[in-house]
Amino acid sequence: MKPFEYVAARTIDEAVEALASSKGPAKPLAGGTDLVVQLNEGRITLDRVVDIGRIPELKRVDVDAQGQLRLGAAAPCVDVYSHLNVQRLFPMLVDSASIIGSVQVQSRASIGGNLCNASPSGDSIPTLICLGAQAVIQGPSGRRVVPVEEFCTGPGQTVLQPAELVVEIVVPAPGENEGGKYLRFIPRNEMDIAVVGVGSWIRWEPQSGRITDARIALGAVAPTPVRAPEAEAALIGKEVSWDVIDEASRLAVNAARPISDVRGSAEYRRHLVSVLVRRTLLAALERAGVDVKDLGGEAYAG
Amino acid sequence: MATATQYRVIGTRPIRPDGYGKVTGKDQYGADVILPGMLYCKVLRSPHPHAIIKAIDVSKALALPGVMAVVTGDDLPRIESSEKVSSGEETIEARFMTALCLAQDKVYFKGQPVAAVAATSLATAQEALSLIEVEYEPLPVVDDVLEAMKEDAPLLHGDLYTESLAGKGSKPSNIAGRVEHARGDVDKGMAEADVVIEREFRTQMVHQGYIEPTNSTAYVAPDGRITIWTSTQGAWDIRNQVATILQIPEGMIRVIPMEIGGGFGGKFTAYLDPVVVLLSQKTGRPVKAVMTRAEVFQATGPSSGTYIRLKIGAKRDGTLVAADAFMVYDAGAFPGSPVGGASVTGLSPYNIPNFKILGFDVVTNRPRVKAYRAPGATAIAFAVETVLDEIAERLGIDPVDLRLKNAVGPGDRMTNGVPYPSIGFRELLTAVKEHPHYNAPLEGKWVGRGFAAGFWMNGSGVSTVHLTFNTDGTVNLIEGSTDIGGTRATMAQIVAEELWLEMEEVKPMVGDTQIVGFNDGTGGSRTTYSTGVAVWKACQNAIAEFKVRAARMLEVDAEEIVFEAGDFKVKGHPDRSVNIREVIRNLRHTGGHFEAVGVSGGLKMAPAFGASLVDLAVDPETGKVEILRWTQFQDVGKAIHPSYVEGQLQGGAAQGIGWALYEEYIFRDGHMLNPTFLDYRLPTALDLPMIDTCIIEVPASDGPYGVRGVGEVSIVPPPAAIANAIYRATGVRMNELPMTSERVWRAMSQRQSRVEQEAS
Repeated sequence: MKPFEYVAARTIDEAVEALASSKGPAKPLAGGTDLVVQLNEGRITLDRVVDIGRIPELKRVDVDAQGQLRLGAAAPCVDVYSHLNVQRLFPMLVDSASIIGSVQVQSRASIGGNLCNASPSGDSIPTLICLGAQAVIQGPSGRRVVPVEEFCTGPGQTVLQPAELVVEIVVPAPGENEGGKYLRFIPRNEMDIAVVGVGSWIRWEPQSGRITDARIALGAVAPTPVRAPEAEAALIGKEVSWDVIDEASRLAVNAARPISDVRGSAEYRRHLVSVLVRRTLLAALERAGVDVKDLGGEAYAG
Repeated sequence: MATATQYRVIGTRPIRPDGYGKVTGKDQYGADVILPGMLYCKVLRSPHPHAIIKAIDVSKALALPGVMAVVTGDDLPRIESSEKVSSGEETIEARFMTALCLAQDKVYFKGQPVAAVAATSLATAQEALSLIEVEYEPLPVVDDVLEAMKEDAPLLHGDLYTESLAGKGSKPSNIAGRVEHARGDVDKGMAEADVVIEREFRTQMVHQGYIEPTNSTAYVAPDGRITIWTSTQGAWDIRNQVATILQIPEGMIRVIPMEIGGGFGGKFTAYLDPVVVLLSQKTGRPVKAVMTRAEVFQATGPSSGTYIRLKIGAKRDGTLVAADAFMVYDAGAFPGSPVGGASVTGLSPYNIPNFKILGFDVVTNRPRVKAYRAPGATAIAFAVETVLDEIAERLGIDPVDLRLKNAVGPGDRMTNGVPYPSIGFRELLTAVKEHPHYNAPLEGKWVGRGFAAGFWMNGSGVSTVHLTFNTDGTVNLIEGSTDIGGTRATMAQIVAEELWLEMEEVKPMVGDTQIVGFNDGTGGSRTTYSTGVAVWKACQNAIAEFKVRAARMLEVDAEEIVFEAGDFKVKGHPDRSVNIREVIRNLRHTGGHFEAVGVSGGLKMAPAFGASLVDLAVDPETGKVEILRWTQFQDVGKAIHPSYVEGQLQGGAAQGIGWALYEEYIFRDGHMLNPTFLDYRLPTALDLPMIDTCIIEVPASDGPYGVRGVGEVSIVPPPAAIANAIYRATGVRMNELPMTSERVWRAMSQRQSRVEQEAS
């Protein structure tokens, strides 16, 4: 590791200023579980590391009276998944936050960091996309808001401009008859990186039995997490049935553009997309109040 | 040797004497060594798997402030002879050891050391590496054992000729060695068989995965005396290698083995030690080096990848009649794969009248392999035990019964013709059949139960221990065996047993090469067995002297003293006695202090048999295996400290599960693509089931209490047991390790399309 300057910012303004005034490349440090490893292995070199983990508002996890979640960008995963209102209103976020790294890693790693690291396999990103989350960004020229879906631009690449940082992630309040589920496939049982990750979210109408909205986001099968529009279209307006789910899981594969690497071949990844889309859809429907046991077929929820 | 079957301390589970240091984190490991004025070493490694080094320019690195010295292969003596050095469970030519420390003229694998820097900080040493200019001429890469064996394959070494019993080959080859064992007439045997199964198998390189990375710190005093603090299984092996590589007399070198964070056969080799000695010689300051995980993966020795073709024939009643094994083991850059171990293990558990075993040791542009727990045995057992499972299924015979029918017993011969002493394979198989796990129902779709057995010879070697005595009546025990598996506890138990002391009254420690007499390393499952004999002998020597001292205290002749239950008594006068603690307290008044030494060597082989029984479930959509239940069986002779014996069985099973499901070096053109613990997957606690154990105790022919070595054989059967269970769960026979989710899914998909084709 090359020596670098370390600045512990006390406010967001101080953090932006510290990033902007650095002579060479600078990055914010939240939990450091990605950044420190990258520095250690010489994959990146920085002149300045700006610690944002001491800024109180970046550590908060707030669910307001309407049910909207405001997540400080440096709040560790453990504070997210152990928050009772998050557990009640955003179980899909708990799916993601509770599987990033080990327990030790989860007590440092943040959802904001997972997003900014912009790994194609980042476990929180498909979930944030499904939940319609927005990233609040602050920089030298002020604040702006970007939907998480548009945040990642390539592996490790984001819309962040120099000296900008994500300060908050806002997740809209959930409505009635909605449910979401994130699942990933890993060779081991924990402490592993997704070979494929899938988030599925649906809203349905119990009276008609029809699906009124659906979002499916795929991880680790493209340079960034991607939506699966054909699969979503195949669900919306349809009555919930095994065949509809099966069809969507088949169509979701069309959105995947996976590579073959040491974690799995492209062929296996495409296959896993269909398996995980079916499983997450079933689990999402169950969370939305659908009795999936009535659907027939072989249910592999969860 | 003790004949009593009831012991006071042997077979109990006292708290380990080194436990406090471990659980409080206060023990000193190699990376904890900090010395005044110490410099930090980093090693520049070849980016090429195969290349000629045309020039090295270190001038810019030397000019960097804080850099105190730079060394290259030119700083090491050139060894032209084929002299060999000991490296634990194997030997290696000294010139190849030199090349593993610093390349001379040519690099043979990616990650081979090319130069090393000593600097005042780690960051400076790291920066200096980027200033060293090396000109390489890349050469064609040989990255596969079967490719390497071809006539037209590029040669790694111009002076390597195939060695076999027939002598040396006539022209250079990548085939370094050829081993052969045979009995009877294989063709005739196969012709008599009612069922013949022939299968091909592939396994990949796997690393021992010790969590503590390879490290070494050296200081060369102004008078030339060398002290090395290192993480090793064999301090004397390291001393011998450093002496040979640097051409320095052994007496000038003291090797201090630090606490060790795992070895599994991989920590017998002086990868860093000669380099830090060289740098300390140049700078006059202590120099420390610690490898990164990527360096450990790429520049220390994993176990061989293999290609195996195996054919076994059996009669309708299950009698094995013939076997034909063709094995190729990847040695990596320099000769020395464990194909020899493979040739005397895989088929040795069974009486087969006709067999032919042909094995090849082949070099490739990959890291030079090293011993890994029962070296060579796991890959061949994967082949043998899955083919036997297929034969059992074909013949409708219970898989354990098939093995019982053919199992070796005392007096039967191994494949190399050596007769077995006392062994407990049949007793072990019987225990499996009677075990609740074997008889428990297993129901449900996509679940299966698998069984496999395994064999390992076990080593013996030389051990020396010293006993000294304290005026408070306690005893110091100094062993030279690195304590990896709890030997300070087990050796102290032997002292407590023999001298009728309490466990807490024995103070064990591991000595270095200058504190205690010669010891072979902690490997080959030899320590409890061989060091145990040395301890037992030291105790008997101590008792003999104590009798003399007790006689003086009791004012009788020594011949009249007997030692019973901790008391030295006058024969025929049970009221006239003195306790051993009193004798120890009074040593200085009865003739002065003394030391009792015990040396072992030349013990008979005490082989070990083990078996794995596994229930598992396969996710039919992803191919992912979930282990539901595991029982590990082993004949251990006698368990001195059952908790550590169980730990060895569990540890071997855990590593075997890693081989079976997750672990592999993935190469492209000689480049390892996954040199991290993220993509080289060791099983974690969350991936392993509770590994239940079943200890069988059939006493060994030699040694104290009938002990056998227990460290290695438990890794041998797990991959085959898992493969057999996957077959029962899915109908697919896996013939490649690791059996990753993707490979299982692929095999299941292929089977599905075959079934569909046949149906249409």
